[in-house]
Amino acid sequence: MSVIARPSTLQDAFDALDALPDAHLLAGGTDFMVEVNFGHRRPPAVVAIRRVPQLQGYEIRADEVDIGAAVTWTTIERELAGELPALAAAARTVGSPQMRNAATIGGNIATASPAGDGLPVLLAADATVVLASRQGERTVPFAEFVTGVKRTVLRPGEIITRVRVPRLTGPQEFLKVGTRNAMVISICCAALLVDRVGRTVRIGLGSVAPTPVRAPEAESYIAAEIDWDALWAPPESVARFGELVRDAVRPITDHRGTAAYRSRAVQVIATRALERSLA
Amino acid sequence: MSDPDGGRGVSDALHDPTTADSRGGQGYPRSDGDRDLPLETYVLSVNDRDLPVDDAWVGESLLYVLRERLGQPGSKNACEQGECGSCSVLMDGAVVASCCVLAADAVGSAITTVEGLTGEGELSDVQRAFIDQGAVQCGFCIPGMIVALTDLLDRSPAASELEMREAISGNLCRCTGYGRIFAAFRQVQQERADARA
Repeated sequence: MSVIARPSTLQDAFDALDALPDAHLLAGGTDFMVEVNFGHRRPPAVVAIRRVPQLQGYEIRADEVDIGAAVTWTTIERELAGELPALAAAARTVGSPQMRNAATIGGNIATASPAGDGLPVLLAADATVVLASRQGERTVPFAEFVTGVKRTVLRPGEIITRVRVPRLTGPQEFLKVGTRNAMVISICCAALLVDRVGRTVRIGLGSVAPTPVRAPEAESYIAAEIDWDALWAPPESVARFGELVRDAVRPITDHRGTAAYRSRAVQVIATRALERSLA
Repeated sequence: MSDPDGGRGVSDALHDPTTADSRGGQGYPRSDGDRDLPLETYVLSVNDRDLPVDDAWVGESLLYVLRERLGQPGSKNACEQGECGSCSVLMDGAVVASCCVLAADAVGSAITTVEGLTGEGELSDVQRAFIDQGAVQCGFCIPGMIVALTDLLDRSPAASELEMREAISGNLCRCTGYGRIFAAFRQVQQERADARA
């Protein structure tokens, strides 16, 4: 029996997962293949889902963009910058062009790396994730999807089909700290989204905790400080926002940076992102 | 096409210390160590030819299959983690790192390697420009550079300096300092613009 399935429908994918219960779900492969190449993974079987139509394409709606899990970062970078500027900016920092042509938004979510570049944006945007299984479909807020380092609520037999990202009116920024502009795993990153209609500021932070995190205190503090008609806040309030963001993270020291550096860097990029977003 | 593994499925030769680095698949299982390895047989479309891959371990990368099973060694192996770009190929018209593509999932996709950019024994304008500009030193990264820049020139003929730098941001060269590579790119851009005029 074949140990790889290349389903072209969702039903075929569920059938393949039943027939190959130990199979790894494969999308773009950019995380998976590194582990295989270095012998950290020996897949007994593979279900490759990039051909499933329910995972492809995106739909731009009035209030959200519905993105297929198999949509690549290249597509998001090139085609969704108008609707989802922070996500497109994050897309541009994912790996290299070679990686972005293969790597998918669904794979980024499923891998759930603390350093996943797209994840802070999805968290700040209050995105939702659509999961399909033979039992049906469920929709999970992205904020509840990642439960720990590379751990998610995805159940056996479930496939991420869509990612729904609300559209907001207002400036958006994505900033990432690394040793060069291209091809880096972030030392820390921040996505800042301003919602002028709802009068909120949302910030998602990456590589500073086991999962992407928000900074709720900083968000509610700055929302009350902003003159929403002028989209302006006093410099001391902007600085205080950065301090509150710093106080919200729990970074670790690893080979990419120390905890102290990450705390300081995340404060700097949070402050900078807010400065750029305000008048 | 010859199978360097002599039909055993998974390479033993890669554990020969004289060839290990260049072959890749350093973490792949040994065929004599695991008799229950899941093997697959499939066909890949490489440079407009359908090439059979017989009894290959399911985890093999496209790079490994191209180099070790299909006799296409133009794509180079260095990092095996998508960092260096030496293994760049076109897959359905998009440049990808073949080390990070599961070969068995490339079935049905059109693969173009550096070998397939021109006919046998011919040079493309990009390859010619690299020679003209002295853009090659050790040469190891060059196939990947050629594939990535060919993709950009075909897709975006008037690409800016920044777009060009971004297009090869995933291709590492440790010899040239890139200046001559940029010059080769500009030469092709100018030649193609002149040809259109």
